[in-house]
Amino acid sequence: MKKQAWLPLLAFLVLIAFLGVGLRLDPRELPSPLIDRPAPSFALPSVEAMDRVRNSGDLRGQVWILNVWASWCVACRQEHGALMAFAAQQAVPLYGLNYKDRHGDAVRWLRERGDPYVDSFFDGDGRVGIDFGVYGVPETFLIDREGRIRYKHAGPLTPELLRDTILPLIGALGA
Amino acid sequence: MIPEIGHFALSLALLLTVVQVVLPLWGVARGNAAWMALSRPAALGQALFVLVAFACLMWSFYANDFSVRYVVQHSNTALPWAYRLAAVWGGHEGSILLWLLILSGWTLAVALYSRHLELSMLARILAIMGLVSIGFLLFILFTSNPFDRLFPAALNGDDLNPQLQDPGLILHPPLLYMGYVGMAVPFGFAMAALLAGKLDAAWARWTRPWATTSWCFLTLGIALGSAWAYYELGWGGWWFWDPVENASLMPWLVGAALLHSLAVTEKRGTFKMWTVLLAIVAFSLSLLGTFLVRSGVLTSVHAFATDPKRGIFILLFLGIVVGGSLVLFALKASQVGIGSRFAAVSRESMLLGNNVLLMVAAGSVMLGTLYPLLIDALGMGKLSVGPPYFNAVFVPLMAPALFLMGVGPIARWQRADAGDLARRLRWALVVSLAAALVTPWIAGRWSALTGFGYFLAFWIFTSAAVNLWGRLAKRPRREWWRILRVQPGSYYGMLVAHVGMGVLVVGVTTVSSYEVERDVVMRPSETAAAAGYAFRLDSISQRPGPNYIADRAVISVFRNDRRIAILTPERRIYTAARSANPMTEASIDTGVTRDLYVALGDALDGGAWIVRIYVKPFVSWIWGGGILMALGGGLAVLDRRYRRRVKQAPAHEAPPMAAPPPPAYQGARSGVSHRVET
Repeated sequence: MKKQAWLPLLAFLVLIAFLGVGLRLDPRELPSPLIDRPAPSFALPSVEAMDRVRNSGDLRGQVWILNVWASWCVACRQEHGALMAFAAQQAVPLYGLNYKDRHGDAVRWLRERGDPYVDSFFDGDGRVGIDFGVYGVPETFLIDREGRIRYKHAGPLTPELLRDTILPLIGALGA
Repeated sequence: MIPEIGHFALSLALLLTVVQVVLPLWGVARGNAAWMALSRPAALGQALFVLVAFACLMWSFYANDFSVRYVVQHSNTALPWAYRLAAVWGGHEGSILLWLLILSGWTLAVALYSRHLELSMLARILAIMGLVSIGFLLFILFTSNPFDRLFPAALNGDDLNPQLQDPGLILHPPLLYMGYVGMAVPFGFAMAALLAGKLDAAWARWTRPWATTSWCFLTLGIALGSAWAYYELGWGGWWFWDPVENASLMPWLVGAALLHSLAVTEKRGTFKMWTVLLAIVAFSLSLLGTFLVRSGVLTSVHAFATDPKRGIFILLFLGIVVGGSLVLFALKASQVGIGSRFAAVSRESMLLGNNVLLMVAAGSVMLGTLYPLLIDALGMGKLSVGPPYFNAVFVPLMAPALFLMGVGPIARWQRADAGDLARRLRWALVVSLAAALVTPWIAGRWSALTGFGYFLAFWIFTSAAVNLWGRLAKRPRREWWRILRVQPGSYYGMLVAHVGMGVLVVGVTTVSSYEVERDVVMRPSETAAAAGYAFRLDSISQRPGPNYIADRAVISVFRNDRRIAILTPERRIYTAARSANPMTEASIDTGVTRDLYVALGDALDGGAWIVRIYVKPFVSWIWGGGILMALGGGLAVLDRRYRRRVKQAPAHEAPPMAAPPPPAYQGARSGVSHRVET
C-alpha cells in the first residue's frame, strides 16, 4: 500500500511537467501559408484622402510593414505606443490596413492618438484582410523588396518583439 | 470610486482569508479553542467582502463605466441591462471573480451548517478551503484585476461576444461553477480528515450531501451548456468534445465515482483511501479545467484572451494544491486500515468496477484533451483530436458501466450470489433484448449500435423496476403504499438518477441514429420536405434589435397539410461587435418526441437563402436525462437521515432550517445502515 500511494503524485508531476512545457508553446502560432509567398496585391483608398486610391504594387522595391488595425480594437490601443516609437526610428515605412472600420472613426482615432503610418489603406468591408488571412486585429506583416511576406505576427506588437525579432529581420533583408 | 471600493474589498477579503487559514490551524496545533473558533467569523467576513467586490463590478457594468478596462472589453451601451450584468462573467477577470465568489459562498455554507462538527475539524476544513481562496485572491489581485482603469476612458465598449448574448449564458457559468467549485468542499473534508487521521464512516456520511449537491449543480451546468450550444451555435449538435466541455465532463465523471465510493465508505468502511483520492482528483480536475481554459495552452471556442503570466500562476497554484494534497495522501495512506473484505461478486465489487470504469473514462477524456499539447511539447508537430477518438474510446467504456448500473443496486453487500442475481434479472434481460430488437425495427432502420444503445437504456429501466419490485413482491398489496412511503429519499434518488441516465441514453441513441438533416436553397413561398414534414419559407425581412440588425425568415411547418409550427430563424449582425461575422439564431419547435430545428444560412443571388433543416427525434431527452439525474441527486441530499438530529430535538424547538443540516460528526448511528441501502 505504501509505495503505490505515491503513484498519483508521480502521475501528477509528469502532467505538471507537460503543462509547464505547453505553457511556452502557442497553439495559435500556426505557420501562415503566406510566408515567403507573394503578398496579395490590392488597390485601396487612403484613409487620409478617400478619393486617392493607392496600389500595393507601388511599394515594390522596398522593405515595408503592413499593420492591420481598427478603431474598435482594444489591443490596437495597447500596441499603439510601440508603433509610434517604431515609426519615429524610420527603419522601414510602416503602412496601415484599416480593417472593417468606419471611415470617420478611423480618422478620429488617428487624429486623437497620433498617426504612426506613412499611410493607411481603408479596407472597410475587409476583403483585402481576407486575402491576407487576417483572423484577428491587430496583425502585422513584413514584406520584402520582391513583395513577398517574410514574417507575420498575430496580436499586439511589443517593443521587445520589434527590437528582438522584427528589426533584425529587417536588417537581414537589407533595408 | 466604485471600482476602487471593489478593489479594496478584495484586499480586505485576502487579509481575512489569511486569518481564516493561519490562526485556526495554529489553534488546532496548540489546542486553543478560541483561535479555532475564529474560522467561522473569518469565513463570513471573506464571503461578505468578496460579495461587495462582485457587486461593485456589477455596478460598473450596469452604469456603463467605460473607464474600467474590463467593462470596455465586454460591454456596450446598446447592450440590454440583463446582458450587461451577465457580461460580468463574459470574460476572464470576471469569471475568476465569480469562481471566487462561489468558493467563498460554499465556504460560508460549510461554516453555517456545521453546528455538529467538532470544532477542530471545522477549523481544518475552513483553513483548507481558505488556502484555495487565497490562491484565487492573489491570482485576481496580481494578474487578473477586473477593476483596472483605462486612461483615457473609452466612449463606448466593444460589446459582449454575440454568442454569449443569450439567457443560457446568464445561468450556465454560475451553475457550472457551483458544481466545479463545490468539489472544494469534499476536498476540504478529505484533507481535514487526512490531517486528523480520522477517515471513518462519519466522515463519509458528512461529505456525502456536499459532494452530491455540487455534483447536481455540475450536472445541471453541463446540461444547460449543452443545450446552449445546441440552439445558439446553429449546428444542431449538442456535444462537441471541445476542450472546455471536456474540462467540465472530467470532474463530473470523477464526481460520480466519488458519490458511489462515498456510499461504500459510509456503509461498509472500505474504499477509504480510494474515496479520499477521488475527492482530491475531482477537485484537481476542477482546477485543471480552470488552468486549461485560462492559460491558453489549448485552443477552444471558449478560451478567452490569454496572458502567459496567468498560465504560470495557475500552474504553480495547481502544483502547490494538488501536489501538496497528494503528498499528504501518500504519507497517510499506510496508516489507514483496509476495511472489511468482500467477495468477487458483491455490491462492493460492482461499485469498484463502476469506479474504475468512470475513472478510466475520465482519464481517456483527459488524454484526448491534452494529447495535442503533449505532442506539441515533445516537438512532434501540431494536431487536433476530434470526436472520432472520443466516440471510439468513451462509448465502449461507458457501456459496461451502464450495464453494471442495472446489476449493482440489486446485488447484496459483501457477498452476492451470481445465480440469484441472474434469476432476479432474467425478465429485465429478456425485455431489454426484445426492446433492442423491436424499437429500431419500429423506428424504421436497424443497426447493431442502435440496438445496443436501446438495450442499455431498457436494461437500466427494467432493472430499476426489478429493484423496486423486489421491495414489494413478498408483501401483501395493502402494505405497498406504506412500504413505498418509508423508503428513504436516497433510495428514490438513486432510482431517479439511474433512470435519468437511461433517458439520456435513449436520447443520444435515437438522435444519432435517426436525425434528418437537409441543406436547401429556398426562395420565399418555396417548400422543402424532411422526415415527413414540409417546411415553407413564407417571407424574409430585416428587423432591428437593440444592438443588432437581423434578417428574419418566417417558415411554416406542415404535417399532413396541417400547420403545426411557425419558425423564425434569424441571422444577426451585431453592430458594436469586433467581428462583423453574422450570428445564426436558430429557431426550434421543441417536442417530447422530436425537435424541428431551422437555421438560416447565407443569402444567395436573386432572393434565395440557404436554409438548414434538422428533424431531431428525442433530442430533448438528452437534457431531460440530465435534469432527472440532478433531481435524483437532490432527492438523495434531502434524505431524512441527514436531518436526523433535527427530528430528535423536541418538536417545539425544531429550528426552521431551509437546507438540510449535515449529520452529526460524532455518534453516527449504526442502526441506520441496515435499513437504508443506497
